[in-house]
Amino acid sequence: MSASEPLVQVRDLVKHFPLTRGIVIQHQVGAVKAVDGVSFEVMAGETLGIVGETGCGKSTTARLMMRLLEATSGEVRFQGTDITKLSGGALKAVRREMQMIFQDPYSSLNPRKTVGSIVAEPFAIHGLEKDRAQRKRRVQELLELVGMNPEHYNRYPHEFSGGQRQRVGVARAIALSPKLLIADEPVSALDVSIQAQVLNLLRDLQHRLGLTLLFIAHDLSVVRHMCDRVAVMYLGKIVEIGPGEELYGFPRHPYTGALLSAVPVADPSRRRATRRLLSGDVPSPANPPSGCRFHTRCPKAQERCTLEEPLLTAQGTGTHAACHFPLTREELAGMGVRSAR
Amino acid sequence: MSAAGPLLAVEDLRVSFSTEDGTVHAVDGISYELAQGATLGIVGESGSGKSVSSLTTMGLTRAQGADISGRILFGGRDLLSLPESDMRAIRGNDIAMIFQDPLSSLHPFFKIGAQLIEAVRAHRDVSEASARSRAVELLGLVGISDPRRRVEEFPHEFSGGMRQRVMIAMALANEPKLLIADEPTTALDVTVQAQILALLERLQGELGMAIVFITHDLGVVAEMADRIAVMYAGRIVEMASAELIFSAPQHPYTWGLLRSIPTLAGPREQELAPIPGSPPSLIKRPSGCHFHPRCAYSQPEHAVIDPPLEPVSLKDDHQVACLLSAEERQQIWSELEASQGPRPAPTVPQGAGE
Repeated sequence: MSASEPLVQVRDLVKHFPLTRGIVIQHQVGAVKAVDGVSFEVMAGETLGIVGETGCGKSTTARLMMRLLEATSGEVRFQGTDITKLSGGALKAVRREMQMIFQDPYSSLNPRKTVGSIVAEPFAIHGLEKDRAQRKRRVQELLELVGMNPEHYNRYPHEFSGGQRQRVGVARAIALSPKLLIADEPVSALDVSIQAQVLNLLRDLQHRLGLTLLFIAHDLSVVRHMCDRVAVMYLGKIVEIGPGEELYGFPRHPYTGALLSAVPVADPSRRRATRRLLSGDVPSPANPPSGCRFHTRCPKAQERCTLEEPLLTAQGTGTHAACHFPLTREELAGMGVRSAR
Repeated sequence: MSAAGPLLAVEDLRVSFSTEDGTVHAVDGISYELAQGATLGIVGESGSGKSVSSLTTMGLTRAQGADISGRILFGGRDLLSLPESDMRAIRGNDIAMIFQDPLSSLHPFFKIGAQLIEAVRAHRDVSEASARSRAVELLGLVGISDPRRRVEEFPHEFSGGMRQRVMIAMALANEPKLLIADEPTTALDVTVQAQILALLERLQGELGMAIVFITHDLGVVAEMADRIAVMYAGRIVEMASAELIFSAPQHPYTWGLLRSIPTLAGPREQELAPIPGSPPSLIKRPSGCHFHPRCAYSQPEHAVIDPPLEPVSLKDDHQVACLLSAEERQQIWSELEASQGPRPAPTVPQGAGE
């Protein structure tokens, strides 16, 4: 786990999806600010988690990093090269180094292809392992690596359960030995007993292959289990980022505190403890609140929060938080957050 | 809690469906009781029969050609023997249900108010105007601000959490004695989930209804339920008070569930101990104890003998269907608790039996 140098540097990344009106003559009437100025680094060999609720921009960030979407502005530097400007062969070469696993193992595998040809597809795309027997052997090795029976090479996705399909997705993603693996909600479609199988597999492969992992999820417990560092997103911005231990132990942003407070605890003796409920819903990203975007739901909001946008600043407790009035330990205890230490 | 017997008593309920591939034994002989004002949590994974058992209580599996046997006694009357017309008078009136996906449970073409008025007038002979004022009152009850204006809006103008509030308002329109909540917060974000759980708790306190809470989330069920039934392959494999399920679980499947979820407390480096394999097909179920192919403690005879749900001890109301002896279970669980480390995973060939 050497967190020496960044593999990926994301700087001021912005993605606005235009909102248009009119059928023949379209004109832009606004924009959904899905990702609105996000900067972070992913160190080689580490696992960075991104958590947040629906619509916070975590999946859009991943898709921008993979160049599955074109950024409105900002840059994504992969090993020093800004990939938002690449095209053609150079882009293809970079894509070999970064692969993705998706949430839904049912729709991310082509139902008309065998598992063998799905896992072999990255080789076909990049013109590798041209010898048929050799390619088949590589695919079978990959299937074995993700804990599947290599004999199932000729089976179709529908013959497998959700957890097995997710393993196929993982085998495909690691086929080209990428440096970076982006996992977008890889276990949220799976049953609880199966989730742990896939989480353990990802951890195991990371150790064995030296992967750098960007792990996106809405489940705070899963992210804590998997990640060295964690970024919390809200309405297209990172509101807090830092090492998992510090972020879960002493969250400084009121939103991080509220998220942790809202997680149900599998322990009936602790139920109905003090818990701070956030009021209302997440505002529309097409028309985010002024100043701090969280001020409409924040229990600590003051006038300054409506006017002045807070920047990510070091909190002296390990994390960087974007808040004018960060949480104190007393406030945190009042929210019923059971901190790890 | 109740003076005159349980509100709901399910006795040896069996529900199966005939399909092209064979008979699906969705629910296979489950029995439980629920007192007035109490909450039973039913936990299980996809295909464990938790939803089918509750849909049957609502009389919603009849039309699908299900083969149903057993008894569902609600206030002393057997719902399974009632004609559809009587069932219709109970459904939405004495027993109401909320579902996982609030968007597909609401009609997109009709205003929220119109849908609430329909729910009220289906069981009450009241004027349009008084049903409307009831609709406004209900929206206020579930914590929707400015209800007088919001009844004029359409479902798409509501967020996911607000829609689930509307579904709850609709379910409570006739002050049911029993509310069946089938994964009501699974589609919601965690902060909204906390709001909905708090709302359900408050309303239960105010209205005194009993709740059957179906979920796959052990955290949610720990917050909500007085008693918990753990289902696997169409059966209840363990049932006890919420405290006992978490402090002294008896069934290896329950151990597996508890040890395969990461928590916010506890050491992070701890390996998760997943349950190997995947849930069985309900057409060709494993012989003997249905859990034996995935069980780390299975003995050869467990593939033959089918364990009944039996009391663990005389003093607690705790039942388990397991062939291990009480002493063995006690020892294994205390070892698991003490080790807090990874338990050697039994080797089940991956991909087998798919």
